[in-house]
Amino acid sequence: MGLSSHFFSYENHNVRLYKGSTNAAPLPAASITSFTSRKHKPSFNKMATLTVSRPLFGGFSFENCKRNALLEGEANKVGCSLPAARKTGTTICGVVFKDGIVLGADTRATEGMIVADKNCSKIHYISPNIYCCGAGTAADTEMTTQIISSNLELHALSTGRLPRVATANRMLKQMLFRYQGYIGAALVLGGVDCNGPHLYSIYPHGSTDKLPYVTMGSGSLAAMAVFEDRYKPDMEEEDAKRLVRDAIAAGIFNDLGSGSNIDLCVITKGKVDYIRPHDEANKKGVRTGDYKYKRGTTGVLTKAVTPLALEVVEETVQTMDTS
Amino acid sequence: MAAAAMVPIFGQNVSDKYDLVPDWTSREVSTGTTIMAVEYDGGVVIGADSRTTTGAYIANRVTDKLTPIHDRIFCCRSGSAADTQAIADVVTYQLGFHSIELDEPPLVETAANLFKASCYRYREELTAGILVAGWDRRKGGTGTVYCVPIGGMLVRQPVSVGGSGSSYIYGFMDSNYKPGLSKDQCLELTAAALSLAMERDGSSGGVVRLASISEEGVERRVLLGNQLPKFSTH
Repeated sequence: MGLSSHFFSYENHNVRLYKGSTNAAPLPAASITSFTSRKHKPSFNKMATLTVSRPLFGGFSFENCKRNALLEGEANKVGCSLPAARKTGTTICGVVFKDGIVLGADTRATEGMIVADKNCSKIHYISPNIYCCGAGTAADTEMTTQIISSNLELHALSTGRLPRVATANRMLKQMLFRYQGYIGAALVLGGVDCNGPHLYSIYPHGSTDKLPYVTMGSGSLAAMAVFEDRYKPDMEEEDAKRLVRDAIAAGIFNDLGSGSNIDLCVITKGKVDYIRPHDEANKKGVRTGDYKYKRGTTGVLTKAVTPLALEVVEETVQTMDTS
Repeated sequence: MAAAAMVPIFGQNVSDKYDLVPDWTSREVSTGTTIMAVEYDGGVVIGADSRTTTGAYIANRVTDKLTPIHDRIFCCRSGSAADTQAIADVVTYQLGFHSIELDEPPLVETAANLFKASCYRYREELTAGILVAGWDRRKGGTGTVYCVPIGGMLVRQPVSVGGSGSSYIYGFMDSNYKPGLSKDQCLELTAAALSLAMERDGSSGGVVRLASISEEGVERRVLLGNQLPKFSTH
């Protein structure tokens, strides 16, 4: 609480010059060392914590996480388990090629051992020139990318410039660090801006790496194997697309948490190609037999027809979104 | 500086038995690490390995753990990747602000104190072991190394090592460091020490990144696997 929120509350930054001190302006006043947030690390030195308790002050409260863990334990003792959050088991990856970025993702979303969505979209829009693949908890990746996309649009309107990938990276890492890993979003962020193509991998705890090729998700090891074998700097677009397609395919066929189709997103200067699906790697099979029986297979003994007098009051048609 | 921290237990109990997603994907990313900083007359030499791990998987095999905080001040990061990146960003901001107010390049001691302030105040929540090293105008222009280990202590040392791999090279450092080494001797010492640590520590590896900071500027170098000094013959 003290840590994650106060690290980045620059708005509260009070500039005070201390006479004779070499320190710069301190971190915002009234930051709290909350004892309750002493989560996982065994505290060897009791001497370090102050005994003065101060009123809680903004920031995220992790109290409910302890309660949830207790409830989970009790449920397990009785024999039932709490519903699992829908995760995108996932293989996602990205690669920098000569003119830009290619991002790739599979399309399977799982709830425990069941496939919840056979064709979900894991490549999220951040800004016209920046896209982000998400692995981990589906809700977390969805909401996080939407929040940052919205903030980035406001920021771009304020600066009057096309947003930079480094800006999106910093916003995402600062938000994820603030939530100390409880937001389970592992992201591959890629885009092209005024400084060229950039690719970042962002982990749930808020650490980021800037690399020429990255993979994330449960199938990341399979995809990384393909990249480590065949990646070359400054590839052509077709080679890059083929490489990403093969990497995702490796994840789909070798990892249980990934499956269905392969989506690609090719970002170059001034153009974005959102190819969904790029490759239907897993088509639903066609049945060889048919269970429909011909009319007259079962003999009719008696027949009685009763007409029902019904009045049509209102008729509405609502089309289902099957995209 | 013992091995990296494990991830908090609270969030991780969700149906472990039925997990399609393997365990290492939910581990926190840590820079297992070996880092080192040496003072010489006129500057400092810093070095680090390049491995970042999540559990048993190497998330990044070419990490740059030598992070610039200011023009002539660097920090070497060990511990949790997220924590050290966040702290380094905060201190970079604070030091840049302070430097503009002063209208002067900042002192290494100032940067070290800023690190200490953050690391000590949030010592219960953070896992960060940092070496702050750089060149400033004090005492005619010298290099200085400060060590800010886990817990938030601050101590100035002529030579310092950190990270999980440091345990293996304390003896090497104690026997081979002498005051009054030249820049090239320091570079050789650092490269040798890091290679030895990387050989023995599973959480350290990849390439050796070196940097030397002096009044003239910062010189960066990378030693790839086949360029590392060799010690064992078998």
